[in-house]
Amino acid sequence: MRNIWTICRKELKSYFASPIAYLMMAMFAIIFGFFFWNIVGYFVAAGLQAQMMGRPMPMDINEMIVRPMLMNFSVVGLFLIPMITMRLFAEEKRQGTIELLLTSPVRDWDVILGKWLAALMLYGMTLAICCLNFGFLFLHGNPDWKPLAIGLAGLMLQAGALLAVGTFISTLTKNQIIAGGVTFAVCLLLWVFEWVGGYETAAWARTMAYLSVVAHFEPFSKGVVDTKDAIYFVSLTYFGLFMAARSLETLRWRA
Amino acid sequence: MIKVEGLTKRYDRFEAVHGIDFEVEKGQIVGFLGPNGAGKTTTMRILTCFMPPTEGKASVAGFDVMTQSMEVKKRIGYLPETPPLYPEMEVEEYLTFVGRLKGMPAAEIPSRVKQVSERCAVADVSKKLISKLSKGYRQRVGLAQALLHNPDVLVLDEPTAGLDPKQIHETRDLIRSLGGEHTIILSTHILPEVEQTCEYVVIISKGKLVAKDSVANLTSRLRGQETVSVEIEGRVDAGAVKERLEKVDGVSRVTAKEERGGGLVVEVESVAGRNVRTEVARAVVNAGWGLHELKTASVSLEEIFLELTAPEQGDDKGKKK
Repeated sequence: MRNIWTICRKELKSYFASPIAYLMMAMFAIIFGFFFWNIVGYFVAAGLQAQMMGRPMPMDINEMIVRPMLMNFSVVGLFLIPMITMRLFAEEKRQGTIELLLTSPVRDWDVILGKWLAALMLYGMTLAICCLNFGFLFLHGNPDWKPLAIGLAGLMLQAGALLAVGTFISTLTKNQIIAGGVTFAVCLLLWVFEWVGGYETAAWARTMAYLSVVAHFEPFSKGVVDTKDAIYFVSLTYFGLFMAARSLETLRWRA
Repeated sequence: MIKVEGLTKRYDRFEAVHGIDFEVEKGQIVGFLGPNGAGKTTTMRILTCFMPPTEGKASVAGFDVMTQSMEVKKRIGYLPETPPLYPEMEVEEYLTFVGRLKGMPAAEIPSRVKQVSERCAVADVSKKLISKLSKGYRQRVGLAQALLHNPDVLVLDEPTAGLDPKQIHETRDLIRSLGGEHTIILSTHILPEVEQTCEYVVIISKGKLVAKDSVANLTSRLRGQETVSVEIEGRVDAGAVKERLEKVDGVSRVTAKEERGGGLVVEVESVAGRNVRTEVARAVVNAGWGLHELKTASVSLEEIFLELTAPEQGDDKGKKK
């Protein structure tokens, strides 16, 4: 436990030692500031329109603002994943510091979990900054906090899974650009796999659609927790971390 | 303290290390010598549990590197060829991180970091970013990192690479002072380094063990006889000198080397095991020549090394051993 925390703390410090973390957070703050402004603008316009036409329609803040915001983060967050994970192991390999980590009395799992945890925390921090926008909703309206909390938990679960995959990919190369590129491609594929389900109903198509991250996140964005989805994310997380551990082990054999 | 038996490491196509055996006693400083690409780094990586051997066994402090790697790692300090440094960290911060990584009790870390920084002469840069340090400082921070948790065994892969002459000297002194308390293996392809710092030497070439012995033994083993260089002042006839000195008991051969500044230098080789210096001196003086200088021309490790690692010859010697 102590070892995991040692590694995690060091990783977080490394993120903030360079402008990467700040830049990422600033970029996302701007992007989501725009999304929020845009969605709220639409919401207000729709409300005014409904009033003018004299047929008031139900205006649900959760359904019309919170949910699309969460869905946007789920998708745009796909860009964030490779930026966070690409350096995790690739940089250690290039710098030769991997020799320090692997010859210290810590288990491979400690190293992997520590790094993954740091990545997850950075993702969480970026998400938190983007969530500041929701504060305005609570200030001027009364959205239901429960679906929002569930949605955020879902985003963290999704991030955990994709970051684990990214961590694994980063163990495969010394080159950060390769690690980042491949991770992005995998994240994107895991997103668009869902499309197959739209026209094909054969078993392989259903399997592919099942593998899609977005399909499993959508219920969370509505405030619905389905164990099936939670299990999907947790098992993908475990798969990613497990592969990373195996990869580190083969690194020892190949090195 | 360290025991290596039949150690072999095969990569995809080639064998980096082939059946190496050696042992290191507690407190010894061992020089691990070989040309570049001989398998030094591979052997060290196996000893530090960075990678497992393909065949054979290695143990450190009685713990096997394959099956009890955690125990081995706790007892080893390792300085790889490129010091494993994080450029974005400050020196003190980095050493603190390493302390935690090595499982040192949190309360001990600050004082130990200070102590080691001073010992390795990096205390004056403790608040500097590692990326801003010169090569010499980086190397010494790497050394401090290896020493930090006061390990029984230190494995240093080319510890003086990239240092300037003064720093090399200081580092060698430091390593020497660490002997006794720590068992040290250091690899190098710089021969004088081994002569100056180590008591024991293991020579490998092309992945095979060529020699293992104490530095003193190795030097005398390869050249049983002693060579004395004699410089005679004034104008003397080389032929006469040769004739006169060959008569001295125990002298096997005399060769006139050169004439310089009105003097003559001859090299006198003796029969194995005989010390002829006194006799040679007396002969020169008795003949009425001016004895300017008389010194033993010691065989350097360099010559031994070249002899041992020369293509076919080296392999033969390795087998005989």
